[in-house]
Amino acid sequence: MRALLTFWLSHRTELMALLGQHVVLVVIATAVAAAIGVPLGVFAARRPRLAAPLMATASVVQTVPSLAMFGFLLPVPFIGGVGARAALVVLILYGVLPIVRTTISGLRAIDPSIREAGVAMGMTPRELLRQVELPMALPSIVAGVRVAAVVGVGSATIAAAIGAGGLGEYIFRGLSMVDTTVILAGAIPAAALALAVDGALLWLERQLSARRRSRSRRATLTAAAALVAVVLLTSGVAARRTGGTIVVGSKNFTEQIVLGELLAQIIERDAGLPVDRRLNLGGTIICDRALLTGDIDVYVEYTGTALTAVFHQPVNTDPTAVFAAVRDLYARTGRTLLPPLGFNNTFAILVRGADARARGLKTIDDVARETPRWRAGFGYEFVERPDGYPGLAKTYGLRFENPPRVMDLTLSYRALAAGQVDLIAGDATAGLIKGLDLFQLEDNRRYFPPYDAAAVARADTLLRYPSVRAAIERLAGRITADDMRAMNYAADAEHRDPREIARQFLDTLPAK
Amino acid sequence: MPEPAIEFREVTFRRPGRSPILDRFSLTVESGEVLVLVGRSGAGKTTILKLVNRLLSPDAGAVLVEGRDTREWEPIRLRRRVGYVLQDVGLFPHMTIADNVAVVPRLEQWPPDRAAARVDELLELVGLPPPQFATRWPDELSGGQRQRVGVARALAVDPPVLLMDEPFGALDPLTRAELHGEFRRIQGRVRKSVIIVSHDMGEAFALADRLGVVESGQLVACDRPAAIAESKDPRVRRLLDAMPAVPRGEEER
Repeated sequence: MRALLTFWLSHRTELMALLGQHVVLVVIATAVAAAIGVPLGVFAARRPRLAAPLMATASVVQTVPSLAMFGFLLPVPFIGGVGARAALVVLILYGVLPIVRTTISGLRAIDPSIREAGVAMGMTPRELLRQVELPMALPSIVAGVRVAAVVGVGSATIAAAIGAGGLGEYIFRGLSMVDTTVILAGAIPAAALALAVDGALLWLERQLSARRRSRSRRATLTAAAALVAVVLLTSGVAARRTGGTIVVGSKNFTEQIVLGELLAQIIERDAGLPVDRRLNLGGTIICDRALLTGDIDVYVEYTGTALTAVFHQPVNTDPTAVFAAVRDLYARTGRTLLPPLGFNNTFAILVRGADARARGLKTIDDVARETPRWRAGFGYEFVERPDGYPGLAKTYGLRFENPPRVMDLTLSYRALAAGQVDLIAGDATAGLIKGLDLFQLEDNRRYFPPYDAAAVARADTLLRYPSVRAAIERLAGRITADDMRAMNYAADAEHRDPREIARQFLDTLPAK
Repeated sequence: MPEPAIEFREVTFRRPGRSPILDRFSLTVESGEVLVLVGRSGAGKTTILKLVNRLLSPDAGAVLVEGRDTREWEPIRLRRRVGYVLQDVGLFPHMTIADNVAVVPRLEQWPPDRAAARVDELLELVGLPPPQFATRWPDELSGGQRQRVGVARALAVDPPVLLMDEPFGALDPLTRAELHGEFRRIQGRVRKSVIIVSHDMGEAFALADRLGVVESGQLVACDRPAAIAESKDPRVRRLLDAMPAVPRGEEER
């Protein structure tokens, strides 16, 4: 219990951000589900023959476990994939059923003589719906919304699995760390949120069922909307940080943690400011949000990721154009993209170092001559995504002896080294490239989009502390892909402390 | 002589696959007159009313309202010119009494103050003082009070035609007699063309200018109440004999 409280206290800004994300996910999903479910329910209530198959379909959707649903949606374009959008789609799918069901039952419960009275008084079908049927079905509809919202709070925890954030982050982080405290740190607030949402909507339902003048009914709805707005605002405000130190963030994988240490230490050394480390923050969306709300002042982002995942722009393969576009987009939201650090964490087409040396292979064009006698092994994602294998094969005219084998990404490095395959697509900065003596072929036709690493900072922080900017800019162009591989290797394979690795690297930099 | 308010010309209406509910049914309601149709349950009385405001359409023959075939009327316009008091009132439970009465004025997009003034006037007319009743809810009212609201609602935009389906059916005899008196008083002021259907001969005598007897989908008799009372027609006599006593309402006329 004490451990849990300590965890919450030390992670309070993150907790608030995750809670905020969770609430936003559920509110948006429930609102959209209502916007879909109510008209669908109205439609079905008038066509009983359609209602049964519709309800059956919705029930089937409801029985699909949410993790499986996220899995199904991963390869679907536009609505699928990873992130808050796919999570919203799933939450909406779950929310529609209860709302459709209660809309239908609410409408069917209306006494036919009341409907007839409306028609006989000369109401058009639309007037009848708006003035009589929907108001009378409203308490029932709100009951459905309540079920949808509570189901949504639960399902949204699973959404963290696809990087949508929310309180599920703690649950999944705890599961991967086998740390019950962290699991509970997410599960308890999620349960409390479910109870709170249930209670609030139950209250609203009771208010609506009780007789009220239509005017005060509107007031009730307004009050509820205001309450939601206040909750959202306070969660945003609470997430705002108070201290005067520089807060450095990072995403939750090795390279990011090392880069976070590099930023933190160079700020400490050059600017002489105290640094608060918020490393291992979760996915891109969490870091971006934390930067936007001021929870963190700076972290390292990749230009291609910023372009597509943060700003939802189409893919572009020109590194200069991408950098310029992303810098502008950040500038418009009060953030400054600092000069690139030097390496590009893109897909890397890898071969064995021995093969490269023996046959003089430098570029992917060079290897295209050899591949008809070779075997390839790719991760599932690379085979499927549009900027993955299909486009690559087309751009370079690559052909292989057999269709590429699909395998786990991490395993594919070992498979290449062991000679089971001859060519793989890996991450350009993977430590294993160094550890297993692999060689990265140059993407001479610039097929892959750029993922140049660069620090992104809050503009106001840089204005207040110009020395922070100067410190970070000293890293510009200094970290090569080889440097990054070496540091990743030191952390992953040699289990060395990222703090130590960063210090060693900074010691090699020329003095300012 | 002005044209009749409502006219049924040889109207036949049937539910698919059943014997006709109305069979070459003819009827005329003069402007400003109260016609009460009496008959057993299932004689087709409610069907007659629904043919007037085109909730139903005839299979053969024609129903004319103000000289025009109901099939030529735009149904929404027609229904807003024909007030309808339903058998079980059908007040909207989610609206106050005032809002219920103001439904058709709102549909007609009256300015709110005009609608409010009309609601007050009508509630006064039906004997429900607005300060006491306007903001109350239908389920806070007694059956008789709800019936009065139903009448006020039907009269809201001053329609020339009023249809009443067993308007006082579910009430105790005292309240009923009281409402019969109220109805005559109101009709004395508003002079609508009215069709009331009832299964109760006593009620018919209390309210009617003319009285029609409906049986097996046909109008078997239609005349002034005094003439009906003298009728030798066995189908009329059966209904007269079932009547418990001379209703008090008749003396009030």
